[in-house]
Amino acid sequence: MERFAALIDALVYTPSRNAKLALLAAYLQSTPDPDRGWALAALTDGLDFPAIKASTIRKLLMDRVDPVLFQLSRDYVGDTAETASLLWPDPPGVTAPPPTVSNVVADLSGGNRATAPRVLADLLDRLDSSGRYALLKLATGAMRIGISSRLAKTAFAQAFGVSVDDVEEYWHGLTPPYLPLFDWAARGAAPPRTDDLPLFRPFMLAHPLEDLQVDLADYAAEWKWDGIRVQLVHVSGETRIYSRSGDDITATFPELAPALTVPAALDGELLVRGTHQGGEQGGAASFNALQQRLGRKTVSKAMMADFPAFVRLYDVLVLEGEDHRPRAWTDRRQVLEALLPRLDPERFDISAVIEARDFAELTAIRDRARDDAIEGVMLKRRDSPYVTGRKTGFWYKWKRDPLLIDCVLMYAQRGSGKRSSFYSDFTFGCWAGDPDSGADLLPVGKAYFGFTDEELKWLDRHIRQHTVNRFGPVRETDRSLVFEVAFDSVHASKRHKSGVAMRFPRINRIRADKPAHEADRLESLRALIRD
Amino acid sequence: MGIRILPANCWIDPARPVDKALVTHGHADHARGGHGQTIATPQTLAIMQLRYQTEAGATPVAYGETIRLPGGVTATYQPAGHVLGSAQILLEHAGERVVITGDYKRRSDPTCPPFVPIPCDIFITEATFGLPIFHHPPIAEEMTKLLAARAASPDRCVLIGAYALGKAQRVIAELRLAGYAEPIYLHGALEKMCRLYEELGVGLGELRPIAGLPKAALQGQIALCPPSALNDRWSRRLPDPITAMASGWMRVRQRARQKNVELPLIISDHADWGELTRTITEVNPAETWITHGREDALLRWCELNQRKARALALIGYEDEDD
Ligand SMILES: [Zn+2]
Ligand SMILES: [Zn+2]
Repeated sequence: MERFAALIDALVYTPSRNAKLALLAAYLQSTPDPDRGWALAALTDGLDFPAIKASTIRKLLMDRVDPVLFQLSRDYVGDTAETASLLWPDPPGVTAPPPTVSNVVADLSGGNRATAPRVLADLLDRLDSSGRYALLKLATGAMRIGISSRLAKTAFAQAFGVSVDDVEEYWHGLTPPYLPLFDWAARGAAPPRTDDLPLFRPFMLAHPLEDLQVDLADYAAEWKWDGIRVQLVHVSGETRIYSRSGDDITATFPELAPALTVPAALDGELLVRGTHQGGEQGGAASFNALQQRLGRKTVSKAMMADFPAFVRLYDVLVLEGEDHRPRAWTDRRQVLEALLPRLDPERFDISAVIEARDFAELTAIRDRARDDAIEGVMLKRRDSPYVTGRKTGFWYKWKRDPLLIDCVLMYAQRGSGKRSSFYSDFTFGCWAGDPDSGADLLPVGKAYFGFTDEELKWLDRHIRQHTVNRFGPVRETDRSLVFEVAFDSVHASKRHKSGVAMRFPRINRIRADKPAHEADRLESLRALIRD
Repeated sequence: MGIRILPANCWIDPARPVDKALVTHGHADHARGGHGQTIATPQTLAIMQLRYQTEAGATPVAYGETIRLPGGVTATYQPAGHVLGSAQILLEHAGERVVITGDYKRRSDPTCPPFVPIPCDIFITEATFGLPIFHHPPIAEEMTKLLAARAASPDRCVLIGAYALGKAQRVIAELRLAGYAEPIYLHGALEKMCRLYEELGVGLGELRPIAGLPKAALQGQIALCPPSALNDRWSRRLPDPITAMASGWMRVRQRARQKNVELPLIISDHADWGELTRTITEVNPAETWITHGREDALLRWCELNQRKARALALIGYEDEDD
């Protein structure tokens, strides 16, 4: 447990991603099984001890420390687990040696509501304050140390020289402490079996086309739909829906899972029925409409009726036990088209291939995409296998040109990690009316990318010289600098004071030459709403 | 605004200029310039002179020495173990003894003589780290951590944020005790005080200014700067520094993260909770008065231990970057 505690402490204080990866990898390499597997589970939210709550910890402390002193300490520290780790009194006499991570997991899993406090107290007695912190975070399942499960898996891959995609693929079929995974990666055993499980398989992704031109004899074109990319997997009677990051979102769209009854792994865009994207023919509502369905714990009948979800299929990865990923896109497309009649038409359709004779004609079609409120065009090489991640030359996304608007810099915030000494996160606004008649700026968006290091330095200097107010890490500027902001689309929003929400805003150019009062007004931004 | 000694009509650590001031130590929230007369240890006077150029009315008092004040009051200065020159002041008047600790600690410090417990009736103690969560680990552990971090990243430099008076010199002196003989590099704001410490007989080994050095010269080195410079543009001149901070606040993870600290060093020149409570027990005064810091918790502790205590709300004292 001391090594795990030292790892947690180091991760808490290390800002750089690479350094975090190196710390994790070193831990995984040098820690024996099954400790490292349990540690990995703790870092990826894979542990759950329902008998232990924040209130369990508070009660334990109250038995040992004066309640007033506890409360004063808790107020200062701001976190119950950390307060407890700092306040826990050393037990009198000789204590047993510190527990291993496996001991901790075994002891905590064995406890029930009634015995859990005693079990936890015994463990706390055997650890120092760092160990107690790690223990309490592990026990309450609230690590919150800035490690995503993706980062932990990447570290695992790095530690043993295996591909992170393979790790992702095998991961979902396993439970902590992941012994078959370590056997495979660290000891060269056969990979864990996955074909009988509804597993997530990492997505194939596209590069931006930029200024490239491709021959349509080699590439097929499809519309780029603006929903959420999903993978549907059906195995032995069970369907799961995964998001881009591999999160299981099945419960958010209860109407979809029962609609897939063929054993398969399919790739597509989750959309809501409507006429916003591509009109009557396009048949899909805006991303904004889909957003009403996201992040809900329970889904009402009315919700499902007002915003009916369906999946527009792009690709087939596996069908009835056969892995089609190594085959060419053309072949997979045929398999997918043949599959379509077997699927529920209310919940599934297929992403149509755009008929264009040549690149010039496709360019003309894409140019009309804005009128149709479509995000752009996808280009897929006809002989490309389905491979994980972005492989140059296989898939391209060719978004329509971004919209542009001139905004005024209002607030700047320090970045994180390498950028922590620079002001690199910007909030900008548009004029609510005529600035010359006293109208004010309203914030319309935030961006933290889109510039070079030189520009970043220039901006940093500008902000320091034009600060009028400070709020912690945030500076308010004198509203003298204009940014040309590029964005993909803009939507009406009740959550923002400006009434609008931009999609993918980024700073296109710094317009130091432009006076702030000539920046755009809110009404110009509102005019671009196509909800 | 400081503590007023009524029968003598003078002040201890006043926040505004007064005619006659007794000053416990050189930190800015205790020692201000501009008094008519300043009574302090020779080291504290030297520090004040460096900071405020206040030579007029400087009255030195050695440790153990007793001086007479008006109104039949006497004052005796004793070491507080806080920083070079820091003193507790024992006041005696009509058979009653009052001790004002100023800031103090009980841990060993190679840069100043240790705290001496003085029996008294009224004990006026600081409470900067007056919460039971504060426990400063042995400084040798923190030095080990520091030297290990340096050894692990030979391409980077360790940049330690440390308060210019006391903390910086203590960290340097402790590094020397730990056997670290390399030159130690300094931000310009720390140079004068380090030089003064050396003049006053505290050896710090070879110190070099950072200014003007190329990045590569600092790879694998240890450098010190004031805490405010840690995340400042100034730090960009260093080779990918490991930002360290030497402070008792580093005990709390959130405090360290707020300051973007990568290597928290829990090193304080103030008494931690254990030292505060042990000292009250040891001095065993009839009454304990608690000044700047977290008075609530220490008051509660006194109540739980059947000790008479009250909080003095003093204005003008701040949390030191300790
Ligand atoms: Zn002080
Ligand atoms: Zn102080």
